[in-house]
Amino acid sequence: MESRNVGSFVMPMGQQTQANKNKRTISSYVVQFRELGLLFFILLLAVLIQMRNPSFLTWENINDLITNTAILSILAVGMMLVIITRGIDLSIGATLALSGMISAMVVSHFPQVHPLLVLLLGTGIGLVCGGGLGYLVAKIGILPIIATLGMMNVFRGLTYLISDGKWVSAHQMTTSFKFLGTGTLFRINHLIWIALFIYLIAYYFMGHTRTGRQIYAVGSNPEAARISGIRPERTLWLVYVIMGGLSGMAGVLWVSKFASAQGDTASGYELSVIAACVVGGVSIAGGVGKLSGVLLGAILLGIINNALPLINVSAFWQMGIQGSIILAAVLLNAIVKRGVDRNHLMRRKV
Amino acid sequence: MSEYILELNGITKVFPGVRALDNVYFKLKPGEIHALMGENGAGKSTFIKVITGVYEANEGEMLLNGKTVNFRNPNEAKQAGIAAIYQHVTCYPDLSVTENIFMGHEKIATGSKRILWKDMHREAERLLRELGASFSSKTQMGALSVAEQQIVEIAKALSVNAKIIIMDEPTAALTTRESEELYRIAEQLRDAGAAIIFISHRFEDMYRLASKVTVFRDSKYIGTWRVNEISNKELIVAMVGREITQLFPKKEAQIGEEVLRVEGLGRTGYFTDISFSLRRGEVIGLTGLVGSGRTEVCDSLFGIHPYDRGKVILKGRVIKTISPSQSMHSGIGYLPEDRQKQGLILDWGIGDNITLPSLKRISFKGFTSKSKETDMAKRLAEKVGVKAKTIFDLASSLSGGNQQKVVFAKLLTTDLDVIILDEPTKGVDVGAKYAIYEIINELAAQGYGIIIVSSEMPEIIGMCDRVEVMREGRITAKLSGTNISQEAILAAAMAEPATSMAQR
Amino acid sequence: MIEPRVLAHKLDFSWKRFFLQWEWMLVIIFIAINVMNINLSEYYWDYDNLRDAMMGFLDKSFIVLPMVLIMILGDIDISVGSIVALSAVIMADLYTMGVPMVLAMLICLAAGIVCGWINGMLIVKYKELSSVIVTLATMIIYRGIAYVILEDQAAGGFPEWFSFLGWGYVGPIPFILLAFVCFAILFYLLLHKTVLGRQIYAIGNNANASRYSGVKVDRIKIFVFVLAGFMAAVTGLFLTARMGSTRPNIATGYELEVIAMVVLGGISTAGGKGRMIGAIIAIFLIGFLRYGLGLINVQAQMLLIIIGLLLIAAVMVPKLKIKRTQKLRKT
Repeated sequence: MESRNVGSFVMPMGQQTQANKNKRTISSYVVQFRELGLLFFILLLAVLIQMRNPSFLTWENINDLITNTAILSILAVGMMLVIITRGIDLSIGATLALSGMISAMVVSHFPQVHPLLVLLLGTGIGLVCGGGLGYLVAKIGILPIIATLGMMNVFRGLTYLISDGKWVSAHQMTTSFKFLGTGTLFRINHLIWIALFIYLIAYYFMGHTRTGRQIYAVGSNPEAARISGIRPERTLWLVYVIMGGLSGMAGVLWVSKFASAQGDTASGYELSVIAACVVGGVSIAGGVGKLSGVLLGAILLGIINNALPLINVSAFWQMGIQGSIILAAVLLNAIVKRGVDRNHLMRRKV
Repeated sequence: MSEYILELNGITKVFPGVRALDNVYFKLKPGEIHALMGENGAGKSTFIKVITGVYEANEGEMLLNGKTVNFRNPNEAKQAGIAAIYQHVTCYPDLSVTENIFMGHEKIATGSKRILWKDMHREAERLLRELGASFSSKTQMGALSVAEQQIVEIAKALSVNAKIIIMDEPTAALTTRESEELYRIAEQLRDAGAAIIFISHRFEDMYRLASKVTVFRDSKYIGTWRVNEISNKELIVAMVGREITQLFPKKEAQIGEEVLRVEGLGRTGYFTDISFSLRRGEVIGLTGLVGSGRTEVCDSLFGIHPYDRGKVILKGRVIKTISPSQSMHSGIGYLPEDRQKQGLILDWGIGDNITLPSLKRISFKGFTSKSKETDMAKRLAEKVGVKAKTIFDLASSLSGGNQQKVVFAKLLTTDLDVIILDEPTKGVDVGAKYAIYEIINELAAQGYGIIIVSSEMPEIIGMCDRVEVMREGRITAKLSGTNISQEAILAAAMAEPATSMAQR
Repeated sequence: MIEPRVLAHKLDFSWKRFFLQWEWMLVIIFIAINVMNINLSEYYWDYDNLRDAMMGFLDKSFIVLPMVLIMILGDIDISVGSIVALSAVIMADLYTMGVPMVLAMLICLAAGIVCGWINGMLIVKYKELSSVIVTLATMIIYRGIAYVILEDQAAGGFPEWFSFLGWGYVGPIPFILLAFVCFAILFYLLLHKTVLGRQIYAIGNNANASRYSGVKVDRIKIFVFVLAGFMAAVTGLFLTARMGSTRPNIATGYELEVIAMVVLGGISTAGGKGRMIGAIIAIFLIGFLRYGLGLINVQAQMLLIIIGLLLIAAVMVPKLKIKRTQKLRKT
């Protein structure tokens, strides 16, 4: 327990400017430190795993890892937007499954349909799901946890209903469709290209468009946003639509990659996505979140999922580890923010 | 072409059960700083909300540059060039200063609608330097002090070329130096042709800056004068309706033995070295600017946030206040500052509110007893004079004064020795104010030791036997008897810690 | 001068307002559902079938009782299903390792208490974290621990008398029903007749004002979450007794139904409002709805959809009512 005296912060006037410059450095320092720290931790982890099992850092394994992480990272972008607005979306796994199942069924019944069209269809389904969810949260005002909990089951139920409990398996899918998720371009998997593309768009959107900045504003202070002339309902609705669209797209990519569509596809996947965001520094309190952090978070989670079997940790530990990661990350965020706030408070006393 | 940039005639604003504004008038010229004064609850905030488009008036007209206008939302008022700066800044703490300034009207490229960060940062920097700010536009808003955040608000107003700037109690939380900065900025804006409406409780603000002053009282328009044509006393009479000596009931309490002594109380980051004593029947005032730590000291005495250092001695015994229930058990009661958020459960009835603190005492093995509760609630509600039909009336249906009385009634349910009152008459009409002062005097006469925390100078001067003035977490002056004066209190409240130490 | 007497007696009573209450609406819907079910299947209105069906859904109902308290507080607990699984798995694992059954059962209850206590402590010590994210994380962790203990195996082989919990009768009344009724009465009294219950309403309505009024907000929150953990463990006991064995994936998805029952019962998600009797009616409402639809072979997945929609509808109705009155007030 520190014992600092309020009085010790009295400074003569001339040093005021210096203190203000320091002000900026320290808080942005803490924020930047986070991404670097995460990167460092990832590298450290990679080294440790490599020491336990040298087949970790092989080109084949890394390719595998990144491809698996691609879908996670795409979803994490959408979830970041949702969490920034102080919301949460537990229904993305179900949306993914629904769109994936419908797309797979379309492919199996109408094999002549071009895979890109199917991708569009899946994304559209996701957009509709997200739109409905967004309406409930933004316009009606239902708590996100309740709305997404309810819709998660509705979407999942629909998935089972539509498929009549049956799977769509590899031999029912066209080769061109499966190529979507498994093919490569310049030796790099399609999924990675798509993820890259999404991140570039997201970077521009979140950093350089008014709508993107409004998302941060609504998350930081919804009342101030209203006064600024922003309509928080529209922004909120948009965020869930985007999340839905990304989930829909991910659904098509998922069933294409794994060449199978089942009723319980991606069951529980939303938790991994949330973990990636939280580890990446997205604040549950809203208003804060960086793409670089989210990407690193997704990579970290991807590494853990990939490496566990390699270092002989039974798959049954995976759940517990993931939960602990979320809890640890969230607590860490809270503790860091307390420190930063305390810092601000100290400086204000001058 | 009117000589007035803003004119309001016969404005009336009615809410269910309350006339917030009753036929008020106001005229503002460009290049003028016009002070708006009146007690808490006089209608100033409502008036500002009408001008800034938050509310629509029920009657009357508003003219901007001679043309009738009717703002349906704050955005329209903003676009018309009206900006407001409040004591509590609503901003985006996680975003940068530049974003806070430009949110809602960012600079974008014409074709691609891309945000032009470089231009915005540059413009923001320019505005900040013009206003004399020393921080960078890339700073996170949450890292700035209140004074700095207010400068950002002014920069925001400038960025939309506001021609009418309203400042609502801007100096309430500022030091002398920061206030001087603000005065300089206000004069700079005036010289550049803007019109400023300045709301403040402090006469010195008014004398320093304003050329005209308008007074509201009880939602009505009282009058407009040139600042150099009205004296302090006349101004008080206009604001309050009575001479200051008639405002406060005569205090008749006998001062008894010491009931509370605080020694070297401190809480890191909020206050330090707080020492004072309180005797039975005594009323002491704890005052200072917003942010000086007064409420924090009371929070610690009441156990909301524990203190780190020092001792609290109640009735001769050292006690540790670690929770409100324990403080109440020891004998310290607290009337919170924000009665709607901290004092009452608005959705509940009066009776349920009154009995909440002492449910255990009137329960039987943990089970509640409706009849005992009703009896206690009735008795106490009558004692403080709550005006309501039944004790089942919802707290939300009461006027400010009545609500405050209910919070007082809560204090009477347990055996207390010390009562801390935080802004006891904020937002209370004049009639209820007198009733509350009577309650306070009667409590003192019954032997309670009373601490009043207040920003209203007349209240402190009129009710207290002694005054402790705080500034930035320390007590900078202890005044008593004839030494208690507005000048002495303000000097101690606004001084820099370095200078105030020299005074001691 | 003190004003003259303030009147006080009973509030004006109106039969119309009394019967327009949410809980009566629920009773009407409940009756309607029963009527519908009777028409849909001849097997529905049969004493044995109804009784068996009830024993089937009563296990979840144990968690509904404390969940009412949690939601009135303004919080939520989505880790209850995981606590059910973890406590049951611990009990089963200990029993197979040789621990006497009664002791294992007690440890099961203790595990539930500990899980609930952890939830409560985290929520209270880290107020910047909402109960959503904390119980989301613990939901995963608790079930994760259950998986580590039992992997994907089942554990069973309990003593004969253990199944009495789930299948036994006291006279004509199933034991599980008796247990539920006892707990329901206890929780009803707690919420509506004790000081603690009043304080819970106060906190849910305005935690700040409650704190300033001397209500021990943190302590009460922890206590309520501990209660939830305990009742989840009780559910674990009954569920395991009925199934004869347990696995780490039991009670998956319980959160949805439990929250749906609470919300349908008239408890507002914002906190501070709602009555225990509403939730109890909702338990039977959803329980019999499920049973009736199951009799006409409505698939489990369709039921999922129905319950999801029910949850959303139950939350929407009060909100739409508020919006309507707001609109009327503006004109």
